Amino acid sequence: MYYLIRWVIRKLRRRTTPAAGTPVAVPGQDEPAVRTRGERFVTSERVAAPDATRRPPALSVHNLGKRFGDRVAFEGVSFEIGYGEVFGFLGPNGAGKTTTVRTLGTLIAPTSGSATIAGIALAPENGVEIRRRISIMPESPGLYLRLSVAENLACFADLYEVPDPAGRIDRALRAVSLADRAHDACGTLSKGLRQRVALARALLSDPQVLFLDEPTSGLDPVAARDVHGLIDELRQHGVTIFLTTHRLEEAERLCDRVAILNTTLRTIGRPGELRDRLFAKTIAVQTVVPLPDPASVFTGLPAVNGWHTDAPASYVLAVSDPAAAAPAATRALVTAGADVLSISESRHSLEDVYLELVNQGQEASRR
Amino acid sequence: MSVSKRRVRAIFRKELREYRHNGNIIVAMIIFPLIFLIQPLLTVLTEAASASSGLAHEHVLLYMLAIPALVPAALASYSVVGERQQGTLEPVLATPIRREEFLLGKALAAFVPSLTISYAVLAFFLACVELFAHSGIASALLRGPDLLAQLLFTPLLAAWSIWVGIAISARSSDVRVAGQLSLLASLPSVAVTTLLALNVIQPTLGLALGGAAVLLVLDGLGWRITSVAFDRERLITGTR
Repeated sequence: MYYLIRWVIRKLRRRTTPAAGTPVAVPGQDEPAVRTRGERFVTSERVAAPDATRRPPALSVHNLGKRFGDRVAFEGVSFEIGYGEVFGFLGPNGAGKTTTVRTLGTLIAPTSGSATIAGIALAPENGVEIRRRISIMPESPGLYLRLSVAENLACFADLYEVPDPAGRIDRALRAVSLADRAHDACGTLSKGLRQRVALARALLSDPQVLFLDEPTSGLDPVAARDVHGLIDELRQHGVTIFLTTHRLEEAERLCDRVAILNTTLRTIGRPGELRDRLFAKTIAVQTVVPLPDPASVFTGLPAVNGWHTDAPASYVLAVSDPAAAAPAATRALVTAGADVLSISESRHSLEDVYLELVNQGQEASRR
Repeated sequence: MSVSKRRVRAIFRKELREYRHNGNIIVAMIIFPLIFLIQPLLTVLTEAASASSGLAHEHVLLYMLAIPALVPAALASYSVVGERQQGTLEPVLATPIRREEFLLGKALAAFVPSLTISYAVLAFFLACVELFAHSGIASALLRGPDLLAQLLFTPLLAAWSIWVGIAISARSSDVRVAGQLSLLASLPSVAVTTLLALNVIQPTLGLALGGAAVLLVLDGLGWRITSVAFDRERLITGTR
């Protein structure tokens, strides 16, 4: 009987051990010089934004991938995130964003590639140590609705084994402006307030890296604005934030850099860089009446590479440097006697970048 | 592997708090003890003194071992699938808790109330028999070996039911299915205790010691086997 049971255990263990090609420890990764416990967000002191250049990255991901049988959740994902950075992870539904978060949070094992999280190699044996240093706020708050806010947080304070749990809970609740609701059952709170409780829970352990998975999903604009305010505040306190979101204006407003994922990583960079990389810089000119000879006005202007008519009395100038082209175009229009209605630099939003890349991906997959 | 007492205690406390607010759990904790208390109590209290010789050949007390087999099964079956259904499993598993700690906390939270209820019901039954039954009936029922067996087997059976219930809960995706399967899995234990109570299986010292040893080994292995069967990834993604 004993040998039979031992054999069963070994078989089961073998099944739960990741197959070949699963996370490989990255040797030589030293522990980053992290702030001490007393310096973090739920403590009262404010810390200076960290100097990302002198530290190893908070997150370093190399060729990471995850498959569920034949289905690829994501693959070939590589990036690095510095300490104190707010990193936006964008992508359509089913792009693999949540699976990436779960993989980096050691909830599921990758099928390829490697990563270091807060200086620790992503490997099954390091799961506990990694989870000690990070926090994940899933898309659904996942609160015990029959328990009070304080009881929920007390449970998690013990799970993270934080010192002075009562003080931490109090500070986390104050950070999300919920101190007066500590004894309310979570089931009685609105969706926005539950989201705040989940954020307070994520802050309890003073994580080095905070994963926020769609933190404003389903929230009304006021509640979403509150969450944005909190993220801003966390950034000011030097917390590294990995933010997955559908809301592009949210990413543009909050994130230092963004990555767009659609099973594979489509692009990564600062929102402004991505715009410049994808779209030519343009200046839009509107006049009261159509110009009799626009070619004579726009051709040969400094920093203007070309032009076309968008609509009657509306012209788009392709430029290399808007700061040089706009004054030159204005002078040329005045010299030509045109009545100018407006001259403005055309700005592409992150949404344009996102749609362009996602559409490119869809077209490529159709081909 | 080291087990963090604080994390185990966190799960244990949280579970007890949840039980307090969950009507279904409270009903499950009450209904089985009532069923297995009222029937023997009515039988014993309505028996005439002349029936004591018949009772001497039975082991009515052992019939009540069904309580530690059934109550923890009802509690344990909810433990993992319940968390999964209300969306709380992912945040908990995202903390530094090890699966062994999580399961130990869950098991203790089912074990302590089940043990308390089982012993309380037994004490109540014994008090009623002592106070209200005919003296001949009382002396025929209250026998040292039966009492000892009751005290010894209550925790052993409860622990076994808990590990089976948690294992089923960890592999189920529906609370009701998990509950029904756990109760079904407890039926062999109930059948054995009933056959012992009715003297169909002759309870002997050897049988008691052998049974206790087997249960002790199964309880020890139950934790390990359930831990291995607890697949974090499957529970979170619903795949595999």
